[in-house]
Amino acid sequence: MESMITNLGMHAVAAEIFLTCAICVILLVDVFLNDRLRWVTYALSLASLAGCAWMTLRYGVDERFLAFDGMFVGDAMGDLLKLFSYGTVAVTFIYSREYLQRRGLFKGEYFILGLVALLGIMVMVSAGNLLTVYLGVELLSLSLYAMIAFDRDSSIAAESAMKYFVLGAISSGMLLYGFSIVYGIAGTLQIDELALALREVGVSHLGLVFALVFIISGIAFKFGAVPFHMWVPDVYHGAPTPVTLFIGAAPKISSFVLAIRVLAEGLDSLVANWQDMLIVISVLSMALGNIVAIAQTNLKRMLAYSTISHVGFILLGILAGTTDGYQAAMYYTFAYVIMSVGSFGMILLLAREGFEADRIEDFRGLNRKSPWFAAMMLMFMFSTAGVPPFIGFWAKLEVIAAVLNVGLAWLAAAAVVFSVIGAFYYLRVVKVMYFDEPTDAVAIEAGGTLRTVLSVNGLAVLALGIAPSILIELCARALP
Amino acid sequence: MQFDWPILSVLIWLPILGGLVTLALGERAIVLGRWIALITTAATFGLSILLYTNFDATTAQMQFVEEAAWIPAFSALYSLGVDGIAMPLIILTTFVTPLVIIAAWTVIEKKPAQYYAAFLILEGLMVGVFASLDALLFYVFWEAMLIPMFIIIGVWGGPRRVYATMKFFLYTFLGSVLMLVSLIYLYLQTCDAGQCSYSIADFQRLPIGLNEQILIFLSFLLAFAVKVPMWPVHTWLPDAHVEAPTGGSVILAAIMLKMGGYGFLRFSLPITPDASAQLDWLVISLSLIAIVYIGYVALVQQDMKKLIAYSSVAHMGFVTLGSFLAFELLRVNGDVRGAAMGIDGAMVQMISHGLVSGAMFFCVGVLYDRVHSREIGAYGGVVNTMPIFAAFAVLFAMANSGLPATSGFVGEFLVIIASFRADFWYAFLAAITLILGAAYTLWLVKRVIFGAVANENVAALKDVNGREFFVLGVLALAVMLLGVWPVPLLDVMRPTVENLVQHITISKL
Repeated sequence: MESMITNLGMHAVAAEIFLTCAICVILLVDVFLNDRLRWVTYALSLASLAGCAWMTLRYGVDERFLAFDGMFVGDAMGDLLKLFSYGTVAVTFIYSREYLQRRGLFKGEYFILGLVALLGIMVMVSAGNLLTVYLGVELLSLSLYAMIAFDRDSSIAAESAMKYFVLGAISSGMLLYGFSIVYGIAGTLQIDELALALREVGVSHLGLVFALVFIISGIAFKFGAVPFHMWVPDVYHGAPTPVTLFIGAAPKISSFVLAIRVLAEGLDSLVANWQDMLIVISVLSMALGNIVAIAQTNLKRMLAYSTISHVGFILLGILAGTTDGYQAAMYYTFAYVIMSVGSFGMILLLAREGFEADRIEDFRGLNRKSPWFAAMMLMFMFSTAGVPPFIGFWAKLEVIAAVLNVGLAWLAAAAVVFSVIGAFYYLRVVKVMYFDEPTDAVAIEAGGTLRTVLSVNGLAVLALGIAPSILIELCARALP
Repeated sequence: MQFDWPILSVLIWLPILGGLVTLALGERAIVLGRWIALITTAATFGLSILLYTNFDATTAQMQFVEEAAWIPAFSALYSLGVDGIAMPLIILTTFVTPLVIIAAWTVIEKKPAQYYAAFLILEGLMVGVFASLDALLFYVFWEAMLIPMFIIIGVWGGPRRVYATMKFFLYTFLGSVLMLVSLIYLYLQTCDAGQCSYSIADFQRLPIGLNEQILIFLSFLLAFAVKVPMWPVHTWLPDAHVEAPTGGSVILAAIMLKMGGYGFLRFSLPITPDASAQLDWLVISLSLIAIVYIGYVALVQQDMKKLIAYSSVAHMGFVTLGSFLAFELLRVNGDVRGAAMGIDGAMVQMISHGLVSGAMFFCVGVLYDRVHSREIGAYGGVVNTMPIFAAFAVLFAMANSGLPATSGFVGEFLVIIASFRADFWYAFLAAITLILGAAYTLWLVKRVIFGAVANENVAALKDVNGREFFVLGVLALAVMLLGVWPVPLLDVMRPTVENLVQHITISKL
């Protein structure tokens, strides 16, 4: 028995198996709970995340390890990304609880769908085969479609779910189509074998470039990069804020890993081809995201466009095609997730009965009401704008260094100029908080847990900005 | 001399800590917070005097050096140190900040704790800019500084404060991001040379090709020219100055503008000497335009703060002129002494302008607190009701127009002599400022201070109180001291400046 487990690599998938079991248990338990006992689902969800973390730490691998005939990969990068995802999802749940309770949305679905989405992310993170990649993509996407629509009475949420579903299905199809052409040419879906096979086929194979276009489109869609970004503002705006918070955080990790597993590991010999494509996508994303965000009055929509521009920056790191670049992109992803969770957390903090706090003007005069949380939001905004000494600055620094290192100086210059354009709309949020007078005198209603975790989140943005080497070293160790 | 405790770190972190304490105490404990702010800044100034008394003025080496690992992945160090250029600027910073705190003692009504905290944090960051030996650390301080200033102008500023502060932030941010690209590029070059480093000293030793140097020079120029500010990127300054509260204007004029000049001396000249030599005509022409044209612009202003802001642009033109004359002098006749004199002049001008423009903004603040108007037309005959104030104002006006025996004279004079050695016409144009400066400053004094009492507002004015007297008196003392006896300042700078001139004579190609 013991030997079978080692041969198949069962221990490598311990966390995934545990999470699957936990989801089933929570699903069953939730059926028998009434609304007053719903906190049990919430507590169990958090407990299972802690369990996952324990599993990953306990069965973590130092060296790259293939399980299930190579369908599944365990490596240091995967472990780090998974651990980070657990943390992100846990914080997301904590931020969301009060908002959901106040709106009568505190149901098991949110947590169960969230955990299934997390499972999808984990499958993608550890995918060793293009089919596993696809499996993870779909598991994640299907949970997200349902999650967006889970407030059944909101027509705008249903509309954005529909939009996301239709576009998402097309993009998944494109991704799959690209994979199938690659399979036709290389004769394998196994990512490491693929890399070897493609070296023999040669990079000038027209079919490969053709397949690459489809794969890049699929990846760009999952990232929400221009020109495949149409869904992002609508979904961010239309979904209930806790769902927006969820979509804005953990799935970004999966998009990053999708690009790394498929492009950097599988199709690395085509780097010259996908680099050119990603340059276009990246510049367009930074330009459109930053410029259109200026015109937004809704904070969720503004953050959606800001996400698009950040995706452009993450792609900068990936398109460099070097280990430094991948590390930079990973660091950027982490930094972005921390900041994004915090910014949406602020919206949830201010939201109350009949007040969504999702317009920029809803933050008016926050410094009067709560100097502490105004300072937190100030840090999130300056960090997202890339001003030191916050974490967002180091993320930008790393990706810019990565593209400079491969001789793309003009791209680095373009990136920093776009970041200045971007600074304008973040400053506007600071402006309404600090320079304007409040329109009402209602105090913040949120409870202690949310306040504490959000404060820790904000201080992390500062602390990791003053001592950036902690996270940088982690990324360097995970992606040697 | 070296202390066995990290004096520069204390100078950076003590005010920041004090700021955080003030912030934590909040608006309710403002009396305590105010005293904490004052004591912290006074202590910081006291400690910075130790820098001066223990400074070894015989060497161009960095002194009081501290070094600790910071980001091993980029070989970036937390390394601090000062030389003869940085040390006077640090003392200027620690000298002016307590005055700002005193001047704001009872004047600020809205969120005073945050006001003090912003200035304290700003002070720490500004000292950090001057003390950093690591380019990355420098950049972090350089950018972080914008945040408190953004808040200061935006919260406590005048009616158009939002426009002014946005413009201030975006202008300076745009200026500096390209510098970041250059710094990263230089870092990657040091990696190619075998030893990755963000150390400014390593950048200064690094050989760089001419084309790269020119691009790097231009990115530095943009960053520092915006900060100085040089014509034509000066337009943010009048807006920011006019809208900023008194303290904000003082810090902006006295210290933040100096960072541009400091940047030229620390980065542009030594890192890209060949590009600087090639493009010095550009900087010199822009400086002369600033000196002459902006002088005329200042002449027609109706707003006191705007007038002083434009006069700052003109005066800072001397700083850039003095710095870049060096190349012309070295090229034409290898005049090392003249080159050093130009840079000396630039440095003295920076310190002097810091004191004088700061003092003039304080004077405007004194009037503004009483009458709530910055319009020149709203005043007239102030001397009749505020004789003591008028005496100070006239003194600072004299200093601003470069009258001998004030600090304003020394810097301008040195730069004008240096420009004589380079080219008669440079000197001719630069010397116009002596006329123009006198014209716009004295005309301002005439309209505001002298004449008959213009209206009942002026008639109701009360003369300066003890607090204001102290602030203006201290500044007046400093201005006159530096004017009659600039030797202590020139002495500490000499080895560093000579070393800098030596450095830029050697091509890096």
